[in-house]
Amino acid sequence: MAGRLAAAALAPLLAVLASMVLFGAFLFAAGVDPLQAYGLIWLGAWGSWFSWQNTLVRAAPILLTGLCMALPAQIGLVVIGAEGAFVLGGLGATAAGLWLAGLGLPPLLVQIGMGLAGIAVGGALIAGCGALRQYRGVNETISSLLIAYIAIAVMNQLVGGVMRDPASLNRPSTRSLPDAVMLGNIPGTSVHVGLIFGVVACIGAWWLVYHTRYGFAARVVGGNARAGRVAGLPVGRLILSFCFLAGGAAGLAGMVEVAAVQGAASADLATGAGYTGILAAFLARQNPLALIPVCLLLGGLDAAGGLLQQRLDVPDATMMVLRGVLFLTLLASESLQGRISLPRLVRPRLAPVAAAGE
Amino acid sequence: MAPPIALGWWGVPLAIFAGAIRVSTPFLFVSLGEVVTEKAGRINLGLEGTLVMGAMSGYATSYLTGSPWLGVLAAGLVGAMLGLLHGGLCGLPRVNDIAVGIALMLFGTGLAFYLGKPFVAPKAPNLPSLPLGAWSDLPQVHAALSVNALFFIGILAAPLLRWMLANTGLGLMIRMVGDSADAARAMGYHVNRVRLWATAYGGFMAGVGGSFLSLYYPGSWNEGLSSGQGITAVALVIFARWDPMTCLWASLLFGGAGALGPALQSVGVTQGYYLFNAAPYILTLLIMIISCAPDRTLVGAPGELSITR
Repeated sequence: MAGRLAAAALAPLLAVLASMVLFGAFLFAAGVDPLQAYGLIWLGAWGSWFSWQNTLVRAAPILLTGLCMALPAQIGLVVIGAEGAFVLGGLGATAAGLWLAGLGLPPLLVQIGMGLAGIAVGGALIAGCGALRQYRGVNETISSLLIAYIAIAVMNQLVGGVMRDPASLNRPSTRSLPDAVMLGNIPGTSVHVGLIFGVVACIGAWWLVYHTRYGFAARVVGGNARAGRVAGLPVGRLILSFCFLAGGAAGLAGMVEVAAVQGAASADLATGAGYTGILAAFLARQNPLALIPVCLLLGGLDAAGGLLQQRLDVPDATMMVLRGVLFLTLLASESLQGRISLPRLVRPRLAPVAAAGE
Repeated sequence: MAPPIALGWWGVPLAIFAGAIRVSTPFLFVSLGEVVTEKAGRINLGLEGTLVMGAMSGYATSYLTGSPWLGVLAAGLVGAMLGLLHGGLCGLPRVNDIAVGIALMLFGTGLAFYLGKPFVAPKAPNLPSLPLGAWSDLPQVHAALSVNALFFIGILAAPLLRWMLANTGLGLMIRMVGDSADAARAMGYHVNRVRLWATAYGGFMAGVGGSFLSLYYPGSWNEGLSSGQGITAVALVIFARWDPMTCLWASLLFGGAGALGPALQSVGVTQGYYLFNAAPYILTLLIMIISCAPDRTLVGAPGELSITR
């Protein structure tokens, strides 16, 4: 088990190394000392408890949007609509929060209502893509991509129209949620509880996929849909429920964004967390548990951007370049998977010396 | 110079017409590139990044050399390089073209923002336009009918491309690679090599489309330049069912739809602004819902394309 894990991690580690070399060359060409830059990235991402908290805050939404890609992937679907579920989930949660708080419910009930609204809206959106796939044969990749853009337009339309707070003049936004219903931080930290939602959801999804009959059925369908159908598996129901869970995760991330960070819905809700989630899921090879370390890496890079920009006087797009290089090398390293193996440290003496040149 | 005449509501169709020509050109170029990439069996979602990178490098080249046409060429070449990167990475075993596309979208945009920082302020020479509205007295007509030469190149490229795909050996090879990699391999074609060049060509066209944004309309370089034209054009290719001529009509339609929002806003109708901008996505989704069925995919879809299998 440990050996397999190490072998699986070897290609991504090589890729990270390769991207560090490439990005280092890029920085060097731009007249920046790469070693100093990497030192600062380390410091800003994982170097202190303060940076760790920043990293964790930024990892939280990607954990959930990553599931929006990773869960349907189990069943063989490539869903890239997390951004749409995130945005409309956040908007739905805001609407629910404003309504429920207006009724005078206690904050905890309002928060639960907001979470459920975010899950329901996001889940319905992605389940819609699954239904179109299952019952109309519409490709889910393209439909979810289109729906993501339509969802952002709908959000802008509603925020600028019926849900607009008349007091928001230049940047339309909804009314702000009352402070009492905002999500708090994990005690003793400055990290909001959305991180717990993300980690629990990832572990739960991993359990569902690898340790339940339902998850097994989904993986059978993902491996061969026809075989699944012949075996009598409820393919339609599996697709709809996995897509709903996926969209629900992204919708919940949208709710957290509103209820823990922004406090109201506006055009700022389209943070790009949905797209980062897609890449996070690919880097985690669609394994919900592997999403956690991947998101710690991506969240860290995100967190380190400010420090790098400030200290080295480089444009804010520098971290975008690093992320782009990292994604590309990591995706390319997929092709190495299974073709390279660790040197056999266990039995070095049995290896013939002459074969070493091979 | 005569004072502008208030056209009122008559300005709306004129603005849509002008917008259809002006806004459609980037759509046209990106889609005429992507249609070949997809015909060869790959989808490049990274064209959004290619477009932005093309816009930046075109503007920078025009500023540094003083020649906007050199800028167009540079934009195309940079786009082709990004296309080669996509094509090369996807040629590796088990590398997913959709994931690489999204990564390239981020990489291209990031690189363009990074390298483009010094070019936000200076003013580069723009592409000239042909004053086709000189016969009219109305300045609005002048504005609407000053058409860029790239638009005409695009209009000529569409039928040419259709002819190429349908009637030449090159077109047959591209279609075969896109419809059945096994058949193409059996015929002795190099599937990956054909796809590599098809993607590079797609990147070239997307780069040129980007240079239109920075060198003609809106005609400057900044980080908010693209409003998702690259992704819209990928949707457009599906909307057009992989036919270059339909790409032309669809580009005009989407350009007109994009112009509808601002045009209505100028006469006081502010409702639905965002939804008009999303019209291309809504129309494409509707087309897919109407014309797909569980037992068949879109007519004209390349068999190897991951998004239609």
